[in-house]
Amino acid sequence: MAKKIYYFDYASTTPLDKRVFGAMKPFFMEDFGNPSNLYSLGHRARKAVDAATKKITGILGCKPEEFIFTASATEADNLALLGIARANKNLGNKIIISNVEHRGILAASQVLAKEGYEVAKLPIDKSGLVNPEKLAELLDEKTILVSITYADSETGTIQPIKKIGGLIAEFRRNRNRATPYFHTDAAQAANYLDITVNNLGVDLMTLSAQKIYGPKGVGGLYIRRGTAIQPIIYGGGQQHNIRAGTENVPGIVGFGEAMRIARKDKSKEWARLEKLRDKLENGIIERVDKVLVNGNQAKRLPNFTNLSILDIEGEAMLLYLDARGIIVNTGSACNSQTLEPSYILTAFGRPYEYIHGSLRFTLGRKTTEEDVAYVFKNLPPIVKKLRRMSPLNLKLGENRKMSLPKAFVGGQTPHFLRKKG
Amino acid sequence: MKKSKVKNKRKKPDIVNQRTGESWVYTKTVRNHFFKPRNLLIQAPDSAKYDSEGVVGSPACGDVMRVWLRVDPETEKIKEFKWRTFGCASAIAATSMLSVMVAEKGGMKLAKAMEIKPQDITARLGGLPNRKIHCSVLGDKALRAAINNWFKKTEQFSRIIPESARIIDPNTKTTDADIEEAVLEGALTLADVQKRTKVGIGYPQCLPETEELIKFYKEKYFGK
Repeated sequence: MAKKIYYFDYASTTPLDKRVFGAMKPFFMEDFGNPSNLYSLGHRARKAVDAATKKITGILGCKPEEFIFTASATEADNLALLGIARANKNLGNKIIISNVEHRGILAASQVLAKEGYEVAKLPIDKSGLVNPEKLAELLDEKTILVSITYADSETGTIQPIKKIGGLIAEFRRNRNRATPYFHTDAAQAANYLDITVNNLGVDLMTLSAQKIYGPKGVGGLYIRRGTAIQPIIYGGGQQHNIRAGTENVPGIVGFGEAMRIARKDKSKEWARLEKLRDKLENGIIERVDKVLVNGNQAKRLPNFTNLSILDIEGEAMLLYLDARGIIVNTGSACNSQTLEPSYILTAFGRPYEYIHGSLRFTLGRKTTEEDVAYVFKNLPPIVKKLRRMSPLNLKLGENRKMSLPKAFVGGQTPHFLRKKG
Repeated sequence: MKKSKVKNKRKKPDIVNQRTGESWVYTKTVRNHFFKPRNLLIQAPDSAKYDSEGVVGSPACGDVMRVWLRVDPETEKIKEFKWRTFGCASAIAATSMLSVMVAEKGGMKLAKAMEIKPQDITARLGGLPNRKIHCSVLGDKALRAAINNWFKKTEQFSRIIPESARIIDPNTKTTDADIEEAVLEGALTLADVQKRTKVGIGYPQCLPETEELIKFYKEKYFGK
């Protein structure tokens, strides 16, 4: 069954760009050398890695030695949190993260909490943004790291990174301290936003190749020179003793090329996708009643729309859409490993009833008007069918109060609510 | 459950979790009932047409099932079973399958229908991914609620079997329903259940009973 797919899940992963694949190809079978070796084969690999690094660091506006390749954005997030916290223990034990961080940050922060660090979670405000003033209240001399996502992975809401960077720099200046360091996860943002590290005022920044039409299995972390960081992977001293292990040469070459292409088309793609996204979003709202948009609609990545369609459940919608070749994602509990509704949408203040009915459409390079028209044709009948199956009839605007803590097993509080108590 | 999974050779991974890479396999039967649900109540529910009704679940949890029954008072057989479900694929498929099970072959007797266990439904579906058994648990509960309502309506109060929670550990206020839920979430040993519920910490007298309950629910939901 080679039927056409209508892919709306670019935030999960992107297809590899043909040009990227072309650049990677020689480094699998011909120039397969280990860049650590001195003979010519190794040297060619080293040169390729260095050239790819420069492509990336040129865009970030930093020195090549300030960028470390990892196996994923998750590893980069882990390295930033664990590496900074452990290396700066003598300066303090507190880290601050927002409540819409990627799992790579969240899970690492839980490890640090177990190691005795204090993890302060900064909730986003009603509009979905981190409030710099609230952050200022949390900052103190114990704080060694602040990590705030550039744009979250569910709604694509863009956080005021530059403002926060300025605030942290000022805090350090006033107290004449090197800490707190400032980290941001820019995995979702790298296609569309300014990632010049000095403009943003970040000391560490996570990137991912697979989100920018590069290969899977490669990520990277910008680390400002002079930042004290401890490795999480030990071995032969590659990458300035920060991340041991033979470099993933084809992956790194692909990452560099993907970055070059993404940045070249940045503003053109922004305009095209924003128009297409708005058309998709408004078109669905016109055709289907009881739909609301999650996240900050004004400050959003141009390719994100996260909608809650009331009275029906996300996984059911996802599967019906999949049967029609439309690929989307949902924050519903049924679609998650833990059977908990999306913590990010929860942070945005959505009641569970809405989150269960959430659909995330993320557009990308290959999304066309035709794809959007296909959704208009196929989504409304699916919603109609599932609503006919559903015993619910929720009303828009009855926020919050509707979540009665009554569960399906024996009238108990839902497990995902109880754990927090 | 494992056995029936093997029988279903044509398994195709439906969803691959983006975070874990684990695939969620739905059998052909599940897909069939999900895409073509049987005995769905399409029109507005007409109370004159049905003898009783049962609701279970909450929209906050992501699953609600509502069922309507028509019962032959002479034979006590279920003549019609209609339903509506808010929930994921397995919840929809499980209710659909339950509706087939109770109304087939001239209808199931109420006494027998009261005893339908979640694994009876999952077996007929050819199995469900382990975590998803959670969802199909609702169908039998909604059915029992409807049958209890019928007993109430026909004034056979002694036959009502209430599904109430009973406190096992007065210190931590842990109920049998808490233990049931812990087991459903995959805590299959006393240590795991304690980790979740704190049952018996400071009240070890309740531990033998807790172990009994774990054994009971383990058999109920996961077979032996």
